[in-house]
Amino acid sequence: MNHAQKLGLAVLLVLYALLPQFLKSYGIYLMSLLCVYLMAAFGLNLIVGYAGQMSIGQAAFYGIGAYTAAILMTKLGMSFWLVLPIAAIICFAVGLALGFPALRVQHHYLAFATLGFNVLVFLVMRNEEKLTGGTFGIANIPRPTLFGYSLDGSLPFFYFTYASVIILAAVLWWLLRSPWGRAFAALRDNPIRAESTGVNITAYTLLAFAIGAACAGIGGVYLSALVNFIEPGQFHLSVSLMMLLAVIVGGSGRFFGPVLGSVVVILLPEWLRFLQDWYLAIFGFAVIVLMVFLPGGLLSLADRFKFGGSAR
Amino acid sequence: MADLLQIIVSGTAVGAIYALCALGFTLLWQASGTINFAQGEFVMVPAFVMLFFLHTAGLPLWLAFLLTCLVAMVLLGYTFKRALVDPLIRHGVIPLVIATLGLSIGVKQLVKAGVTAQAQPFDSPFPDGLLALGGLKVSYADLGTLLLAGLIVVGLQLFLNRTVTGRAMQAVAQNTDAAKVLGINVQRMVLYTFLINAILAVVAALLVTPTYLAKFDMGESIGLKAFYAAIIGGFNQTRGALLGGVLVGVLENLVGAYISPAYKEGVALMLFLVVIIFRPEGLLGRSEERKV
Repeated sequence: MNHAQKLGLAVLLVLYALLPQFLKSYGIYLMSLLCVYLMAAFGLNLIVGYAGQMSIGQAAFYGIGAYTAAILMTKLGMSFWLVLPIAAIICFAVGLALGFPALRVQHHYLAFATLGFNVLVFLVMRNEEKLTGGTFGIANIPRPTLFGYSLDGSLPFFYFTYASVIILAAVLWWLLRSPWGRAFAALRDNPIRAESTGVNITAYTLLAFAIGAACAGIGGVYLSALVNFIEPGQFHLSVSLMMLLAVIVGGSGRFFGPVLGSVVVILLPEWLRFLQDWYLAIFGFAVIVLMVFLPGGLLSLADRFKFGGSAR
Repeated sequence: MADLLQIIVSGTAVGAIYALCALGFTLLWQASGTINFAQGEFVMVPAFVMLFFLHTAGLPLWLAFLLTCLVAMVLLGYTFKRALVDPLIRHGVIPLVIATLGLSIGVKQLVKAGVTAQAQPFDSPFPDGLLALGGLKVSYADLGTLLLAGLIVVGLQLFLNRTVTGRAMQAVAQNTDAAKVLGINVQRMVLYTFLINAILAVVAALLVTPTYLAKFDMGESIGLKAFYAAIIGGFNQTRGALLGGVLVGVLENLVGAYISPAYKEGVALMLFLVVIIFRPEGLLGRSEERKV
């Protein structure tokens, strides 16, 4: 990043922090939701954009995180701070367990396996009423306290979520610039060459997938605290598909791609309320047009202007 | 015992519909490397087109069916190939998959917003009632579904194996470059595959809509099952799609009847996960070498 970009980023971050001061509670809720969604979307970008895998089951991990949090907090009265690492570890472990057999064979099988896994998780959420409340979901999920300070109000919770997503993004940024993370770029750009220089492709891809899953799990915990009520429909396969489209529309493999994509998927429909169902119809066809003319996503538009159409 | 047989027969009928969709799916993959995530919507759209011809235009069923085939060939065959697949195929599989996902959402929402969000009834092409074969009672609908689907499959196999065009299409699927060297018009053969896929989707729509009803999201479950069936049977084998489809249909019915209707939807999935762990190329498939 050069100085101008750093400055631009700082200005945007400050603006986003100030904006909720002028909004009603629904607006603040949406801005918080965007932060929560971004946690999962950043994780998905790690899988799709950096490890070069298709994952069509990010909502399943989002849901596992949310349900873990909801069950442990409402039924066992555990604290948010204890639940957060538990949910992340569970999602990480499930990610390893799911990714291992799928990646062992052929790389695009991860897409199929995650798709199936998402449907399975949805069925379990809907049918295991004793544990998950079935279609009625789980209500009255409490919000956390921070150093004895309650985060119940919508503004305090927004700032808490906002700070958390920035921390998560910073960790991922650092991770991708560490020697460990640089192997990803090598892997995505030329897997055969990366392998010949000693990068264990399967191990790296698996780890990326599991970390991406853990990010979604963390996002899920925040989601359950944000909306206070979860039900299976929030984690349907279609949510995973939308999230995948969000990452790709924004620009997969670009760090800030998911941010732009999430705005398109979460905030834009609210501004364009008058379009109702037509919004998604237009969105669907816009994705096709985008893939034909700009397969690198919206953020790759900037490169086009700078380098006259050369690839990344 | 009779119960069990009956469940298996009706499961086979449902499976035959999945198999038709899965067949189109594998044909597209073999001929052009297209993974079509909008396959379910390719069944939903003909259902609505057929309803339009039946109710709004007041045509008899056979004419409505033929006209729908025509519309589907133009829209879901030719236009789909020219407008979406051709410009994207050179970018690789992923942009194409994403674009078909976009198509799936776009078409679904277009029907929801522009036509109707309500489920529309669709009369069965077969008479009501049951046929008694010894102790076994089979509904005419199941019997008709099996016959029609069987006819289509046998006809397609004959076309692919016994005609020059069909053999050329197989040649393209097996080795595009060699086919080109032999003077086969590859693009035309690929187009034929897309047209066949469109017709298979119309037949599936005719058979499935009486039970599923015509609704904007009816394709979600069918598309998913076709996808599973294709992988279970073997992505690169036409016979695999048939086996996968029937297997899914029968097992679903068995689980629904004997274990738990709530997990009926999960059957295809479990089978699919087991298959990709132990036999990733599918039950009848050949493993593919990686193309560098």
